Amino acid sequence: MRQLTIIKPRKGLSTLSLKEIWNYKGLLYFFTWRDLKVRYKQTAIGILWALFQPFIAMIVFSIFFGGLAKMPSDNIPYPIFVYVGLLFWQFFSVSLSQASSSLVNNKEIITKVYFPRLILPISSILTNFIDFLIASSILIGLMFYYHYVPNLAGLIILPLLLLITFLIAIGLGLFLAAVNVKYRDVRYALPFFIQMMLFVTPVIYPTSILKSYSWILALNPMTGVIETARAAVFGNAHINWDLLLISGVICLLLFIFGLIYFRKTEGYFADVI
Amino acid sequence: MSQPIIEINNISKKYRIAHQQEKYVTLRDILTNVIRKPFRFIRSKVSKNVAKEDFWALKDISFTVDKGEAMGIIGPNGAGKTTLLKILSRITPPTAGKIKLRGRTASLLEVGTGFHPELTGRENIFLNGAILGMSKTEIKKKFDEIVSFSGIKKFLDTPVKRYSSGMFVRLAFSVAAHLEPEILLIDEVLAVGDAEFQKKCLGKMDDITKKSGRTILFVSHNMAAVQNLCNRCIFLDQGRIKMIGETRKVIEKYLSTSSVGASKRILKDYKQDNSRIKILSIELKNGIQNKFCVSWAQPIEMIIEIEVKERVKQVSFAVGVSTIENVPVFTVHHNDHGERLWNLDKGRYRIRVSIDNLLRAGLYNITLGAHSLTRKNILCYLPKVAQLEVSDITINGKKYLYQNPGLINIRATWALI
Repeated sequence: MRQLTIIKPRKGLSTLSLKEIWNYKGLLYFFTWRDLKVRYKQTAIGILWALFQPFIAMIVFSIFFGGLAKMPSDNIPYPIFVYVGLLFWQFFSVSLSQASSSLVNNKEIITKVYFPRLILPISSILTNFIDFLIASSILIGLMFYYHYVPNLAGLIILPLLLLITFLIAIGLGLFLAAVNVKYRDVRYALPFFIQMMLFVTPVIYPTSILKSYSWILALNPMTGVIETARAAVFGNAHINWDLLLISGVICLLLFIFGLIYFRKTEGYFADVI
Repeated sequence: MSQPIIEINNISKKYRIAHQQEKYVTLRDILTNVIRKPFRFIRSKVSKNVAKEDFWALKDISFTVDKGEAMGIIGPNGAGKTTLLKILSRITPPTAGKIKLRGRTASLLEVGTGFHPELTGRENIFLNGAILGMSKTEIKKKFDEIVSFSGIKKFLDTPVKRYSSGMFVRLAFSVAAHLEPEILLIDEVLAVGDAEFQKKCLGKMDDITKKSGRTILFVSHNMAAVQNLCNRCIFLDQGRIKMIGETRKVIEKYLSTSSVGASKRILKDYKQDNSRIKILSIELKNGIQNKFCVSWAQPIEMIIEIEVKERVKQVSFAVGVSTIENVPVFTVHHNDHGERLWNLDKGRYRIRVSIDNLLRAGLYNITLGAHSLTRKNILCYLPKVAQLEVSDITINGKKYLYQNPGLINIRATWALI
């Protein structure tokens, strides 16, 4: 079998070859594997950190927002209410920040070897997905503790919510990673942006506290994800399909935008990084 | 099979180099500007007041390589050799032109690309192998071979950050040496690692081309390596092909043009406080590629710059050469054959010395010294002031005799009687 490769100048948008990414799935696996391995190397408790961080955050938030500030939580015990939000929020925010720095962090590899650059941001998000799964075990514990039975129809929708979260993170992440290659300003702006985003996302409060203005929050695609996740897990409210649809449309737009920007700039990463 | 495996047509690569126009502005100016015209400020930061100039790293490069050929690429620094390999390995796109590669390609622009210091040797073999384009099953199959080639079996489960640099290079090389693409692109990776291991790797690569019919494109400054490995060679200069053809002829052309030149070592950090004569610099007039490297077929021509701190009489100057293991090979004094001793006033002098070269290829240390015969004392003694490399490359058709072990090359007259 002879493989023919043609190298030409890049003009505009070259078509995305899914087959090529598929050919490099081994490398995608190894990058994910490396990040997982390295993340908790030389730590005493290793992967347990993936449990600790959201757990401690949940306790602190429950004490200050739930206990002291009397934040409403739609009649759900505050710890479990905030934990669902935190779970998705952490997955989103850590994925976004790691995807954004994935290219710059792998500068040495980018300038020395060819592979579809898309692999790097994707693998950094897959790594976080493992953390998400581990952290989910706490949610299961909490549900037992508070005697919540998840609503089965709701559970079916969780993979969709994860997909939406993934698409938002990868869409923004691809864009920011590409920008980061040229302008390292991203490194300073992004943590601040993520911190601000936490307050315009219903993680520590329900959308209901905004009363008639809650539609503003809908423009933030993570709103739909977190609200739907709560409705699905607790089964105390109906899933707001309009909200979910808005999230879906926005996440697709973000994903397409990020992908196009990434593909447009990709060829010159090695030259400017 | 009649089609060449690599076909390169009119490849050019343009870079834009920015010349930042330095303007000295005060912080106050910047702050008032930001406040008064924030958008213009950001825009100017992003794009303006930078003069850009086009620079052609490569211009109209065309050539073909047949299957099973090993093609060398040589040229001075900045000639575009690495850029060419980067285009071929698809790391960066060309500005114009077209390339056809008929086969699985792997590039080796650096040893140990993607090695992670926190991971163990075993883990890094898998990671690095995957980055270089091997599949998991392929790596598994070759794992034992890679480990035994590297010779670091004992440290396989130690994090790479605790490796010595030598061990690191060995492991990295071993992975790379077991790549089995149809086209292999190699850039200057042999510059690191100890000489013996380098030879082992070159041998392995030679095997790859000769036995398995793989195609290699090899960029190197090591003429001997290029000569051993490649049958054809390209001489690149300023982004253009100067010459293409039989390796021996191309290397000779390359060496005869710009490459043989002075290489100067300035002895700034070398401790010589007590010396009455201070050596300022030592310069090799006929260094290959302006390095402290001389062909075995050429004399060692040096210029030594000295500073005499106070008047000294009856000075004898000496140069010594010893092997890396500190075995002295020879010493020469300037008055060995009854030449006049030097009386030197305070000031700077330049000494020219040309030494017959009988040395075998390898690395040597140069020692400089001077003593005064009147007062019978040493004026300066500087062991290992410079490291001299004697290269085995062929110049004017004389072939280096690899089969003769020893420290020196010597001619003998034989007769069967």
